[in-house]
Amino acid sequence: MKIHEYQAKSVLSRYGVPVPRGEVAFSPSDAADIARRLGGEVAVVKAQIHAGGRGKGGGVKLARSIGEVEQLTKDMLGMTLVTHQTGPEGKKVGRVLIEEGLQIDRELYLSIVIDRASASPVVIASAAGGMDIEEVAATHPEKILREPIDPGVGVVPFQARKLAFGMGLDGGAANKFAKVLHAIYTAFIETDASMIEINPLILTKGGDLLALDAKVTFDDNAMYRHADLKEFRDLSEEDPLEVEASKFSLNYIRLDGNIGCMVNGAGLAMATMDIIKLAGGEPANFLDVGGGANAEQIRNAFKILMSDANVKAVLINIFGGILRCDILAAGVVAAVKELSVNVPIVVRMEGTNVEEGKRILRDSGLKFSTADSMGEAADTVVAQAAAVKADRGAK
Amino acid sequence: MAVLLDRNTRLIVQGLTGREGTFHAKAAAAYGTNVVGGVTPGKGGSTHEGWPVFNSVHDAVRETGANATVIFVPPPFAADAIMEATDAGIPLAVCITEGIPTIDMLKVTEFMRGKQTRLIGPNCPGVITAGQAKAGIIPGHICKEGRIGIVSKSGTLTYEAIHQLSQFGMGQTTCIGIGGDPLIGTSHIDALKLFADDADTDAVIMIGEIGGTAEQEAAAYIKAHFKKPVVGFIAGQTAPPGRRMGHAGAIIAGGQGTAKEKMDALTAAGVRVVKSPADMGAAMKEILGR
Repeated sequence: MKIHEYQAKSVLSRYGVPVPRGEVAFSPSDAADIARRLGGEVAVVKAQIHAGGRGKGGGVKLARSIGEVEQLTKDMLGMTLVTHQTGPEGKKVGRVLIEEGLQIDRELYLSIVIDRASASPVVIASAAGGMDIEEVAATHPEKILREPIDPGVGVVPFQARKLAFGMGLDGGAANKFAKVLHAIYTAFIETDASMIEINPLILTKGGDLLALDAKVTFDDNAMYRHADLKEFRDLSEEDPLEVEASKFSLNYIRLDGNIGCMVNGAGLAMATMDIIKLAGGEPANFLDVGGGANAEQIRNAFKILMSDANVKAVLINIFGGILRCDILAAGVVAAVKELSVNVPIVVRMEGTNVEEGKRILRDSGLKFSTADSMGEAADTVVAQAAAVKADRGAK
Repeated sequence: MAVLLDRNTRLIVQGLTGREGTFHAKAAAAYGTNVVGGVTPGKGGSTHEGWPVFNSVHDAVRETGANATVIFVPPPFAADAIMEATDAGIPLAVCITEGIPTIDMLKVTEFMRGKQTRLIGPNCPGVITAGQAKAGIIPGHICKEGRIGIVSKSGTLTYEAIHQLSQFGMGQTTCIGIGGDPLIGTSHIDALKLFADDADTDAVIMIGEIGGTAEQEAAAYIKAHFKKPVVGFIAGQTAPPGRRMGHAGAIIAGGQGTAKEKMDALTAAGVRVVKSPADMGAAMKEILGR
């Protein structure tokens, strides 16, 4: 689960990570009030969206007066911010963070993620903060420091010193860094984070270390034990169809193509997208209905699939193990009738009770194309989607 | 011979009295697996569907001589169940549970270091040795005895591979679903090592997916040590970066873990990599010249 920068900072600050003073604003007048409370000569107005690269996209601006804070907030709220992480469609700004301005001496990078190979958390630090870390890793790999943490022990002080001196900090700053690292690591473990990234972690001219930006992502699987963190979910940041799908525990991800897919199992669902592409088509979505899906679940899945207006044809690819093909077929027939689906549907079923499933489809009076293999199914659905497009074009 | 499971396997089910546990214990028994009992804390001393139920894995092992366990325990309690099985010294623990928090798996991995239990999964379909025994949810009726091993991160894609092999008349030794989570007990390499030492396995289908670098590591191992033919497929060639594709581990993060880099590494290691998931069986047939 992704959260906003201001939320991430509030979480980190609970664990003792120093952050700039600031508050979130939903309107220009809120923003002005906050700026008044903060005082100081300059304030920073930061668009809050679930994507990085905001500065370059015009989502981070410096203001030198209360009036300017108000104006910048007015400009930013409602604007569509396009960054290298949002995709070309961008993301609409619904809230801004108003923060005190600080005198920056140095910008560092600090993050924690889980390293799969060693099955341990790993701290990544760099003196080259404030930049795109992937680019730093590609062009100057020697500037990236990695320190695996033994999960049974936690961060040992020498590890913090190793990183701090490795980034060229002096003794005083190194001590502060050790405290920040300890706090961030504790936050990582206790909040079930899957990533915490501070970019930049700044050293001010006054010698303080602060998290100037913060990105925190939580492990979805652990949210059941963090009712407080769950509150941070911002539905307006998510695709409405994906939000709807999540209510029915369906794994749905919307894509750009025009061939809707319904598949059981995540691996097979990805493979189905791949084979559609190989056949010359474009998948409209990733959809895993799960291993134990019932007729109701199939109906919900169909509803979500068909809510995407781009869908010109549907491919249903089910390998029945626990999910029986006859149950699936009955669910599909009911959903198609109820939702009066009028795009071509190609069904490829295999596995448990497949003959009975095929009989239900045949006897339904509905027009399904059936295929005996994944390859045949993909070719058929791509051809049908193209025919629909050509037909509509002709009209 | 096969690997992990065979006719001598004595299987217990942790979470036997639950819906999933009961369903799959019966299916395993119907397939011929020697299911010897189950564990549900608090229900020790009772019987369920004719099987003795124990309060702890220790009790179950002592009383039944179990040498494998399959875990159908809900996510909040699954890490505990794996660690209990490990503490009881059971050689094989297969965890089907999907949705275990990564931090819990961090603790599990730490706890299991240096101990003798092998963990398969979590978030996996389990293991089946064709014609002999199964632990998990892979449907037995689609398998056929033969000489191909399968190792896969995905459940239904494994069924697809089995089906394609069967269509070409090729059967399987053991199919191992290793799971789609970021932290798993048995990696592609671990499974390949088992197949390398198995005289009954002639060749392997290896199925990976986007996320992490396990497939690249497996490629390096194959290049250096693995002498049997391998057909490889990587799911997620069209997956958008930054999105978790159903499995907790299936995500391209920071430009890393793409299907392309995995496919390139495997190809360079001599693996016959197929672009289309429909070609796994045909490629195997071609390699083996049958």
